[in-house]
Parts: sequence; structure tokens; C-alpha cells
Amino acid sequence: MVTLTIDGMEVKVPEGTSVLDACREAQVIVPTLCKHPDLEPTAACGICIVKINGRMLRSCCTPVAEGMQVITRDPDIMKARKTIVELILSRHPNDCLGCLKNGNCELQDLAQEFALDKDAFANITPTSEEMPIDKSTGCIQIDPRKCVQCGRCVQVCQNVQNVYALSSLKRGIHTRMAPAGDLPLDDSPCIKCGQCSAHCPTGAITEVDETGKVWNYLQDATKTCVVQIAPAVRVALGEAFGYKSGDLVTGKIYAVLRRMGFKAVFDTNFAADLTIMEEGSEFVKRFTTEPERLPLITSCCPAWVDYLEKIDHDMIDHFSTAKSPQAMLGALAKTYYAEKIGVEPKDMIVVSIMPCTAKKWEIKRSAEMFHDGVQNIDVSLTTRELVRMIKQMGVDFNNLPDEEADSPLGQYSGAGTIFGFSGGVMEAALRTAHYLITGKELENLEFDQITNLNEGAKEMTLTIAGKEIHIAVAHGIKNVSSVLEKVRRAKANGEKTPYDFIEVMACPGGCVGGGGQPLGVTNAVRKARQDGLKNDDRKSKVRCSHLNPDIQKLYKEYLGAPLSEKAEELLHTHYVARPLYNK
Amino acid sequence: MNEENKAKVDAIIRKWSGKRGALIMALHELQGQFGYVPWEEALYLGQELGIPMAKIYECLTFYNYFKVKAPGKYVISVCDGTACHIKGGASLIEELEKELGVPAGATTDDGLFYVQVVRCLGCCGLAPVMVINGVTYGKLTTDKIKSIINEWRAKEGN
Repeated sequence: MVTLTIDGMEVKVPEGTSVLDACREAQVIVPTLCKHPDLEPTAACGICIVKINGRMLRSCCTPVAEGMQVITRDPDIMKARKTIVELILSRHPNDCLGCLKNGNCELQDLAQEFALDKDAFANITPTSEEMPIDKSTGCIQIDPRKCVQCGRCVQVCQNVQNVYALSSLKRGIHTRMAPAGDLPLDDSPCIKCGQCSAHCPTGAITEVDETGKVWNYLQDATKTCVVQIAPAVRVALGEAFGYKSGDLVTGKIYAVLRRMGFKAVFDTNFAADLTIMEEGSEFVKRFTTEPERLPLITSCCPAWVDYLEKIDHDMIDHFSTAKSPQAMLGALAKTYYAEKIGVEPKDMIVVSIMPCTAKKWEIKRSAEMFHDGVQNIDVSLTTRELVRMIKQMGVDFNNLPDEEADSPLGQYSGAGTIFGFSGGVMEAALRTAHYLITGKELENLEFDQITNLNEGAKEMTLTIAGKEIHIAVAHGIKNVSSVLEKVRRAKANGEKTPYDFIEVMACPGGCVGGGGQPLGVTNAVRKARQDGLKNDDRKSKVRCSHLNPDIQKLYKEYLGAPLSEKAEELLHTHYVARPLYNK
Repeated sequence: MNEENKAKVDAIIRKWSGKRGALIMALHELQGQFGYVPWEEALYLGQELGIPMAKIYECLTFYNYFKVKAPGKYVISVCDGTACHIKGGASLIEELEKELGVPAGATTDDGLFYVQVVRCLGCCGLAPVMVINGVTYGKLTTDKIKSIINEWRAKEGN
């Protein structure tokens, strides 16, 4: 332990702690713009400057030392911090009122804290013609004029996600966070995971807002609008209305969506159960009769699908062809459900609420996302966009009475809800795979070894009917490479695959930490949201997908059996190798 | 990328593969071979050396020395070092930009001329100086620029 003095208080912290973190230990808040708890310090912004033994230093990248005397606030320090913010604002558009991050912006918070002189420096913000917004992906937009050059987006894209779509181009005042060659983001390796938007302190990187489109559909009397919500939305949306991370607000979300005008409110969790039926059956088929086609790799994360098609396309044969829950629900809404209520698919609008920016890409990614020329899902909104809509509509969300989802696409098992965190898809799949192989239910339904969020790549061996199933689970897409390398090596050497079943989620923590979720995510928030979903599972009467009565009914009435011709037509897709760059 | 170019890049890869600090040296050699750092060749080099294009472009755009677009057939180096600057180097640059219609650091639309500003050409006694493809023009004045450029244009037969 190291002892130092912070603003006159004696503080003891472990060796190697940064002065910034030591201050936090002592309940002293030193403002920063570039340092994020998920990321390494880069000393980019200079706002966290403090006096250490009389010298002005950046606290994020200065480790503590024995006997250090730290002062966090005095007139010199405040003047230095204020000048930095004033310089940033001299090259920042005066557009707060129209900005998606208004009220949720770290730069705005600092401007307030420092009581700025807004005319301290002449405003030299480039025009939007000189620095246009990049909306090419349709998922994420980059407005370089609002960039404060903190580098968080580049760090998360390169070091956490291993995607290397964004880079820090040029230098000094000309620095831009953009793809190599200044290509549009859509022509770069970007997988639309949205972690850049989740880490950006300002409005420079956000989701592409499509709330207006949804309001228009809801106003259109010729359209029947239905909606689905994803697992991870229910444990995060409440944060915007004063709830704690992980608090379940499922019933209130159903209620608010009905008040918006949706004719039916469905739950993606139902389709998650269906994904398990299809993917689980796919696994059991390969495991029992086609071992050479193992491992099977999960495909419900669209950012991972994009990554695989661009980077790991040698693994396409191992990818589950089962569509994601979002896509399955969309396909069924405009066929099974549309037939039931006698509405033409072209007159139905399906909206989904997802924790994810890449889901906006998924709804158009291949021919299987359309049926008879009609796109199955019309708009995919992020959790943040739904928050915006709720705030726009004038409803007292916190006091809404809870409501239930609609049948036939709304009832879910506990296995469906745990799709929202890393390891959850695998756990859900194993519950059903065990039944499909042995005809018996698992005794212990939870596998903490693969659902813990502390490790990026997790392994487990489970014995079913005397046969070992080797499992790997990776989250945070950087962690997938070590898993796939082992598979490649075994294949090259003609050895048995080290894993039979692999789950991948692109975002750290899985969808609970998705790129479209409410901002301010840290590991503690990810864990709290995961605990919320675990509670949802534990309190479910039915905890296995194959026991969901509505799933059983759907197969009986419409699909026949998993992997049937009808199921293949509606619920499966295919993948193609694509180049890293389009240039 | 054609076979000839691939062979050139392969030689650079063989030389620098596995070495510390390989990227910047390999990029120097790439530019030495091609006169600039072409996209496809850089992408291939990066794949072989295990360096993402994002990192390559961070390096290429940080240093003024690197070019990511093909320079013109005739490279005009104008000096704006101390001696040339005092003797009117900056006005030469202005005149060149006017005559060619592109700013320094860019190539003319016909692909003929590329203007680069350099800090010394090693002949300060001749200040202000410019060099076009190895031909040195000393003690220059702005009124001579047009005719010099026209001499080079004449080589193209237009």
C-alpha cells in the first residue's frame, strides 16, 4: 500500500493506482473527458490536471507514490481546466439543443461546472460542408465537428473490439477519428457494434436516430404497427427514469408501447426460445451425427455476424444458420401472426427495440430478411431511442401500471431472457440440448462458469449421456480470436476440435452492455443488468425454451418441427465472405 | 495489385517481418518503390505483417513525408527554408499554386504536376530555389514560373 495526501487527507491505496483513481477512493471527484473506466488512460484531454508536489500533472496517467502531496482544486488548476474546455468549445458547434446527447453529454457537464466565458476564444468551428456527418452505415453516425479528440472511440474500436475500423488520422487540430483512407464508415471494417457511440463523451458518435420514422408509422391509419423488445432492454431502460441498473421494467415497457399506439406488443424473448429450438436442434444434429461439422458457433449477434463475414469467413461452415431472435420474430410477425389477424404483410409495420446499433444493419443484411418482397422488420430502434420516444410522448413512466405482452409471440421462458448476457445463449441452449439428447431435464440449470463476466473467453466441459461437450464462450470481440485460433490449429493438424459449441457476443458483457444501451456503462453496470436478467429467469415458471407452451403451439400449428422445411424457409439464413474494405 | 508489384511488396515484407518498429521502415520502402504508399499494396503489407490498415493510416497521416496518393509525373520541390523564405520562397509557392490550380501537397487533375514544400534543398546560395525532377532552378522570381512550367508541359506535347 502507498500512502499519499489528497487535499489534506491521508489516503492509502495499492501500488500502481493512478492519482485519479486514488482521488475517487477518497470521494474526491477530479473531472476528466478522455478517461473512461473501461479504457486505459491516454492523457489526451488534460482536464484531470492536479498539482502533485507543486507540479501540474495529469492525474489519469500519474501513478501514486509514497508521500505524494496532491491538490485537486486551486485557482491555477481551475484556470487550466477552464481554458482547456474553452479551447474545445471554440471548435465545437453551438448545437446543444438539437443534439442527440443534449442533457447526457460530458462536455456539457464540464461547461456547466466551470462557469465558462463562452467568448473566451473566437469560434472557429468548421462548417458541416467542410466536415460532413458520416451516416453511411445507417446505424452509427459520426459528426466530426463535435469530436473532442479524446480517442475513446478509437481505443474501444481497436483495443477492446479488435475491429480497427476507426483510426486517429492526422495530428494536432486536424486530428480526425475516421476509417483509414477517410473512407465512409460503411466501407470500413466497422461491425456496427456501437461501442464507439457508447463511449463517446459528446454527440460526435451516436446511433442514427429513427424515432421520427416510427412516430410517422404510428400515425398512419393504413398500417398495423407491432413491436418487440429484446431481453437486455428491460434491465437498462429504467436507468433513464431513475431506476437502478438491473431493475426490471418489462411490464411498464409493454404498457408504454401500447400507449404509443402499437396494436400488439411482442417479446423478442419468445423468439429467443425459438432460436434455441432451432440452434439447439442444429447442435444436437451435428453433435450426434455430423461431428466433422463441429464446432457450432452461435450467430444471434449481428456485429459478430458482420465480423465473421469480413474477418473470420473461413469459419462460415461452422456458423449456425438460425436467424437471430429479432429476425425470427420479424419473419413470424409478417407470416404466422399476419395470417392469424388477417392483415396483409405490406400493411404491417414491425418495429423492434434492441440494445444494439448493429440490429439496424441486420434487418437488411440478406435476402432472408425479406419475405415475398416485404422487409420483415421495418425499423430497429436502440434502447436509447425508445427512451427518447417515451420522453417525447408525455407519460409518467414510473407510475404506469404493469401490463402483459400479447400472444402468440409474447410469452417467454427464463431461457429466452438470459440471451441478454454473455453465456446466457449457451446456458439456454444447453438446457434444451440436454433434453433433446437424453429426453430428460437438466437438474442444475445455471452454469456460472460461462456466465461470469470477469473473463473475456470462458471454457466449460459438460457431460451429457456419457459424452463430453466442450464449450467456449467469448464476449468483447477481441476475445474470440484465441478461441478460433485453437479451432483452426486443430483443423490444420487434422485433430479433433477443441470445442463443440461456441457462443460469441461482440459487446463486453453481451447485450446488457450493448452499443445501443443507456450511456455510462461500467463493469458494475453490466453486472447489475445481468443480475436483473438472472432474476427474471429465476422467477419464470418455465425456464427452458422447449417447455414454453406458445413455442410448442407454434410448432404444432405452423412450423411442424425444428429444422423442418417451413422452419428453414422462415427461420434460417446464410453467410457470405465479404472484403474488409470497399474501395 | 499485379504480380510485379506484389513481388516488390513481398521483398519488403521478407525484410521487415517480425522486426521491432517494422512499420515505419516498411512504409518508407514502399514509398521508395512506388513514389507514394498505394492502398492495395499497404493493405497487403499490413496483412502479412499483422498490422491493421487503421494503424498504417495513423502512421501515414501523422508524418508529412508520406504520400497516400500518386504524386504527379513531375515533382516540384519548392524550398521554404530560412534562406529561400527570406528571398521570397513563399511567393513562389503562391505563384505555382495559381499556375497549376492546386494547393501544395496535391497533384494536378491531369496527373502531371505535384508541388511539395521542402525545408532545404542544399543550395542556399541560389535562393530561392525549386527543383523539378532533378533539374534545379535558382535565383527564381515569380515571373519565371509560368514559362518553366510551360517547358515541362511541352514535353507532353501539349
